Amino acid sequence: MARELLKGNEAIAEAAIRAGLDAYYGYPITPQNEILEWMSKRMPELGRAFVQAEAELGAINMVYGAACTGARVMTSSSSPGISLMQEGLSYIAGTEVPMVLVNVMRGGPGLGNIAPSQGDYNQICKGGGHGDYHPIVLAPANIQEAVDMMPLAFDLAEKYLNICCVLLDGSIGQMMEPAELPEMQPYPRPFNQPWAVNGAIGRERRILTSIYLDPPEEEITNLRLLKRWEQIQKNEIRYKEYYLEDAEYVVIGFGTAGRIALSAVRAARAKGIKVGLFRPISLSPYPYKRIEELCAKTQAFLVTEMNAGQMLEDVRLAVRGRVPIRFYGRLGGVMPLPDEILDEIEQMVKHPPKAEDDPAAIWLHRMLETVK
Amino acid sequence: MQIEIVLAGFGGQGIMFAGQVLSYAAMETGKEVTWIPSYGPEMRGGTANCTVVIADEEIGSPLVKNPPVALVMNLPSLDKYEPLMRPGGTLVVNSSMVDRSVRREDITAIYIPANEIAEEIGDKRLANMVAVGALLTAVSVLKTEDIEATLNAHMPGRHKHLLPKNIEAIRKGYAYAQAHTVAAKA
Repeated sequence: MARELLKGNEAIAEAAIRAGLDAYYGYPITPQNEILEWMSKRMPELGRAFVQAEAELGAINMVYGAACTGARVMTSSSSPGISLMQEGLSYIAGTEVPMVLVNVMRGGPGLGNIAPSQGDYNQICKGGGHGDYHPIVLAPANIQEAVDMMPLAFDLAEKYLNICCVLLDGSIGQMMEPAELPEMQPYPRPFNQPWAVNGAIGRERRILTSIYLDPPEEEITNLRLLKRWEQIQKNEIRYKEYYLEDAEYVVIGFGTAGRIALSAVRAARAKGIKVGLFRPISLSPYPYKRIEELCAKTQAFLVTEMNAGQMLEDVRLAVRGRVPIRFYGRLGGVMPLPDEILDEIEQMVKHPPKAEDDPAAIWLHRMLETVK
Repeated sequence: MQIEIVLAGFGGQGIMFAGQVLSYAAMETGKEVTWIPSYGPEMRGGTANCTVVIADEEIGSPLVKNPPVALVMNLPSLDKYEPLMRPGGTLVVNSSMVDRSVRREDITAIYIPANEIAEEIGDKRLANMVAVGALLTAVSVLKTEDIEATLNAHMPGRHKHLLPKNIEAIRKGYAYAQAHTVAAKA
């Protein structure tokens, strides 16, 4: 198929449809409205389910119901809307049914603004709902990656009976890039999941629930979730590396911050600095082991995010003080420019950080002096 | 090769579409390209801008601090982007809507009366395509024929009758710009 010039949000919606999406439930919020809008037109056209719910709470619980029937189901929202969905997400995790969640992040906290941000990293990756559960989280940095991730997200969710979240920010949702959409999957897909509650005539009835009033039974359920999570950690690590072969310094960033860093890394290379880029794609599970390996030949890491250092905590877990880390973040919907990250790379080389430094605290004090 | 182009003007001047036309043409000539709009809550009636990046390899940042090429369709856009231009860059100014000259001497200025030329062609809505024509004199990776082929390929059937005038607008803008370029002194 040929490349088309596609807007991020619309490309994500169409890719999900082509991956066999049975049902979409959502509620409008900028900067992801084009997903809902696309679904509202295409899903009825194809004879599939689309509901604009009365609110996010309604939408996520409709997703819960459809997921229990074995349908390929998703919702999408942006930061404040995702917060409203957390109760339902925890129930879905506790019921062990698959779903895909798309979060097009915007500036926060609170109502914030509609500009691009990565402020929901902790909420999404560490499971913003209550209880012990781990969503799978994939972070695209461009539209082709986002498109390719949609069929993958459904496959992973169904394989591991888990929530799979595609986490991006408003800039990827709003921008256009050439991308190739997947082929339309044959539809309808068979509804034959051995766990689904889709009519018990002629078979044993099944029960799907997240209520286990007997604590030992709930403990066994938790262990079952963790056993699957262990498999996910083993099998589903994804990342992309740039210019790392001879790199003495490594920038780490995901999604938009990662691709902006790519420009800075190229500019630094042009100035003779041996720097590379490590871009995590699976944020949960996180590529701890690969970062641990990179420690062996790296003099210092620069972690860059559009938040106050949420992923930085995961990098620190992997690095464990072996290599010094510098941090650079922009907040509240401000996108960093490549020049800023280039400057950070040059500063890191000129004034190497120390392993015992607290990179977030040092960054914060720089920010308090420069951003007034 | 990588070039970053900022296009700016009032909402309604066809700025977003002009950027998309460049992007389609870049894609169809086998380049990588990104188009990113300003999508703030101020869109209706306010200023609109988009950034187009064209490159041979995977594009990093879709935004740029100091663009080497920009098109400004009105005075607020000139005031905003003139100080940000990369030294040696080219600023295309819609002189129909701007009553001052470019002050910087280290950038090349191209003045194009896009609205007047569009009206001469017979449709004032073509001002954006006239400006795109002028812009192409500063964007060597795209030829006017690439843009014309793109319009031909992507214009919906019901709009196909508009194609000749769009092509005329692009060609006139290009020709006028070639004759009215004030080269950088520095």
